[in-house]
Amino acid sequence: MLALENYLILSAILFSIGTIGVLTRRNAIVIFMCIEMMLNAVNLTLVAFSRYLGNIDGQIFVFFIMTVAAAEAAVGLALMIAFYKNRESIDVEDINVMKL
Amino acid sequence: MFDLVWLIPLCPLIGSVINGLFGKKIKNEKVIGAIAAGSVFCSFIVACGCLMQLLSLPGEERHFEKTIFTWIQSGNFKADIGFLLDPLSCLMLMVVTGVGFLIHLYSIGYMHGEEGFYRYFCYLNLFTFSMLCLVSGNNLLLMFVGWEGVGLCSYLLIGYYFHKKSAGDAGKKAFVMNRVGDFGFLLGLFAMFWWLGGNHNIWTINFRELASHAELFPVGGITTVICLCFFLGATGKSAQIPLYTWLPDAMEGPTPVSALIHAATMVTAGVYMIARMNFMYIKSPTALLVVACIGAATALFAATIGTAQNDIKRVLAYSTVSQLGYMFLAMGVGAFGAGVFHLMTHAFFKACLFLGSGSVIHAMHHALHHEHSDADPQDMRNMGGLRTKMPITFWTFLIATIAIAGIPGFAGFFSKDEILWQAFSNPHHGGANLLLWGAGAVAAGLTAFYMFRLVFMTFFGTTRLSDKAFSHLHESPFVIVFPLMVLALLSIVGGYLGVPKVIGETLGGIPNLWEQYMEPVFAYSTEYMKHAGAHGEAHSMAMEWGLMGVSVLIACGGIALAYALYIVAPKAPEKFVATFPALHRAVYNKWYVDEIYDFMIVNPCKAFGDFLWKGFDVVVVDGIVNGVASVVKGFSGVLRHVQTGLVHNYAFSMAVGAVVIVGAYLFS
Repeated sequence: MLALENYLILSAILFSIGTIGVLTRRNAIVIFMCIEMMLNAVNLTLVAFSRYLGNIDGQIFVFFIMTVAAAEAAVGLALMIAFYKNRESIDVEDINVMKL
Repeated sequence: MFDLVWLIPLCPLIGSVINGLFGKKIKNEKVIGAIAAGSVFCSFIVACGCLMQLLSLPGEERHFEKTIFTWIQSGNFKADIGFLLDPLSCLMLMVVTGVGFLIHLYSIGYMHGEEGFYRYFCYLNLFTFSMLCLVSGNNLLLMFVGWEGVGLCSYLLIGYYFHKKSAGDAGKKAFVMNRVGDFGFLLGLFAMFWWLGGNHNIWTINFRELASHAELFPVGGITTVICLCFFLGATGKSAQIPLYTWLPDAMEGPTPVSALIHAATMVTAGVYMIARMNFMYIKSPTALLVVACIGAATALFAATIGTAQNDIKRVLAYSTVSQLGYMFLAMGVGAFGAGVFHLMTHAFFKACLFLGSGSVIHAMHHALHHEHSDADPQDMRNMGGLRTKMPITFWTFLIATIAIAGIPGFAGFFSKDEILWQAFSNPHHGGANLLLWGAGAVAAGLTAFYMFRLVFMTFFGTTRLSDKAFSHLHESPFVIVFPLMVLALLSIVGGYLGVPKVIGETLGGIPNLWEQYMEPVFAYSTEYMKHAGAHGEAHSMAMEWGLMGVSVLIACGGIALAYALYIVAPKAPEKFVATFPALHRAVYNKWYVDEIYDFMIVNPCKAFGDFLWKGFDVVVVDGIVNGVASVVKGFSGVLRHVQTGLVHNYAFSMAVGAVVIVGAYLFS
C-alpha cells in the first residue's frame, strides 16, 4: 500500500495545476475544467486521510462535494451557453459589460 | 338624556366624515346639505333634551360629568375624553347647535351651485364638532383640542375660495395670529398644572376638580400669571387688542362662515373660557383690570373703525370685534353672567345681521351679474333703496340692528345695559369704573351710529344701481330667509330671559331668569366676593335708572346722527371728509394698525426667517449633508478602479488571499 505522502503529493500537484490553469487560461470552459480539477484534488486528499485514519467522515464529505460540483457544472455551463448566444465568445476577457 | 351627551359632538363629526369622504361621489347638493344640516339638528335635539333634564334638577345639583374613556394617562397626569354638563356648557351647546343649524340651513341656499359644495359642508360640520368639543369638554386639554380644531376649520373656511390670493392670505393670517394666542393658552395650562401639582400635589386639569380646589390659589402672584396667559389665548381666539386684526380679514370667507364662525360661535370661545375659569380670575384683581381695560379699549377702538368702512361685511366684522370687547369688559368687572348673556344675545342678532348681509350680497351679485358689471356687490356705495325689493331681509335686518343698537325692548338692550351697569357699579376697579363705563357708553353710541349708517346706506334712499340691475334684484329663496326670521325673533325675545332687577321689580316681580340659571356656575366667585367684603358703593335705584336712560339716549343720539347724515343731508359726510381728510384716511385705513404690525413684527420676523433660510439652512445644514455625500463620493471614485472587470484579476486576488490566510495560519 502506498504511503499517505504519495497521495498528498499527487493531490498538491493536481491542485497547483488547477490553480495555474484558472489564473492563466482565458477560455471559460478550460477555466471551468481547472476548477473541477482543484475540487477533485481536494477530494483525493479527503479520501486519503479517511483511509489513513480509518474514519468514514471524509468519504461522506466527498459525496457532498461531488454533488455540489455536479450542480455547479450544470449552472456554469448554462451561463456559458447564454453568454455565447449573446457575444459569440466564451473568452472571460469579454465578460465586462458591468464595467464603468 | 344626560347619558347621550357624547352624541352632541359625534353627530357633526359623522356628517363631516361622510361628506368629506363620499361628498364628491354623492354630488347631489340636497343630499349633502341634508346630511350636514341633519347631523347638527340631531345634536340640537340632544342638547335640548339635556337642557330640559338640567332644568328639572334643583340649582345646586345642576352638573353632570360623563367620561367616555381615559385618553392619556402618564404618571400623575390624566386626561379623559369626558363631557361636562352644567348651565354654562349647556347654554353654549344650545347656542352652537341652534344657531349652527340655522346657518347650515342657510348655507344650502347660499352656496347653491358653488364648486366644492361638499368640501364646504365637510369643513362646516368639522367646525361644529370642534366647537362642541370645546364647550362640552370636562378638562382643559379636551378644550384645547376643540380650541385648535376651530382654529383649523376657521383657516380652511376663510381660505375656501383659495384661488383668490387675498382669501389665502387672510386664512394664513388668522391661523398664525391664533397660534400666538394658543401659545398663551398652553403656557397658562402648563403653569397651572405645574404649580398646583408641585405645591399641593394635586395633579388635575379637570374643571370641576380645579374649581373645588379654587381656594388653594393665592390672590395675585401665580394666579395673575396663569390668568394673563389664558387671557392671551382668549385675545387671539376672540379677536381682542392686540390680536384682533385677523377677524376683519376673515371676511374673505363665504358669508355664512362669517356668521357662524366669526360672529356667533368661535370668537366667543375666549369669553366662554374665562367664564369657565371665573374662580381663578376673581382672585386676581390685576388680571381682571387687564381684561376689563382691553375689553373696553377694543370695544371703543373697533367701533371707531366701523364708522368709516364701506364694505358691508367689514362694518359687521368691526362691530363683532367691538361687541366681543363688551363681553370681555363684563368678564373684567366680574360680571361673568352678564358677559355670557351678551354672548348669547349677540349670537342671535349678529348671526341675523351677517346672514342678512349675505342675503343682500347674494341678491346684489345676481343683479350685477345680469348687467355684466364688475362693481363690488359688497360695497354699500353701490346699494341703496333695497327696502322695497327685499322686504323680509330688510325687516329682519332692521330688528337685529335695533337689537345691537340697544333700544329698549330688544335683546341687545338688556345684555348691554347690564354690562354697562356692572362696569359702573362693580367693586373691583374703584376709580377706573367711570372710565370703563365711559368707554362702553361711547362705544354704544358709535355702534348705534355705524349700524344705522349701514341700514340707511343699504336699504333706504334711492338706489345707486342702474335701473336694469335694480329691476333684477329679488328677495332670496325661503331656505335663506327662514333662518333670518327665526334669528330676528330670537333677537327680540332672547333678552327677556335676563330682565334687569330694577325693571323687573318696578314692573312687579319679573324674575331675572338668567341670573338664577347661571348662579351655580359662578357660585364660587359670588361667595368669594362676599367674603372678601368688597362691596361697591351702594348705588341707588335712581342711579341705575339714570344710567339706563343715559345709554338709551346715547344710542338714540347715534341713530339720529346717522339719520341726519345719511338720509336728511346725504352730502354732509362728503363735506366732513373734505374738512378732516387726515382723520378720515386714518379711520378708513383702520388706524394703520396692520401697517404698524407689518413694520414692527411681521417684516422683522420675515427678515429673520429669510436669514435662517439662506444663512443657516442653505449654508450650514445643507452644507453638512452635501459635504458628507461628497466625501463618500470621492472615496468611492478612487476605490472604483479596483474593480477592473477582468476575471483573472479577481481570481488572482482570491488566490493570493487564500495563500495569505493559509500562510498566516501556518506561521502564527
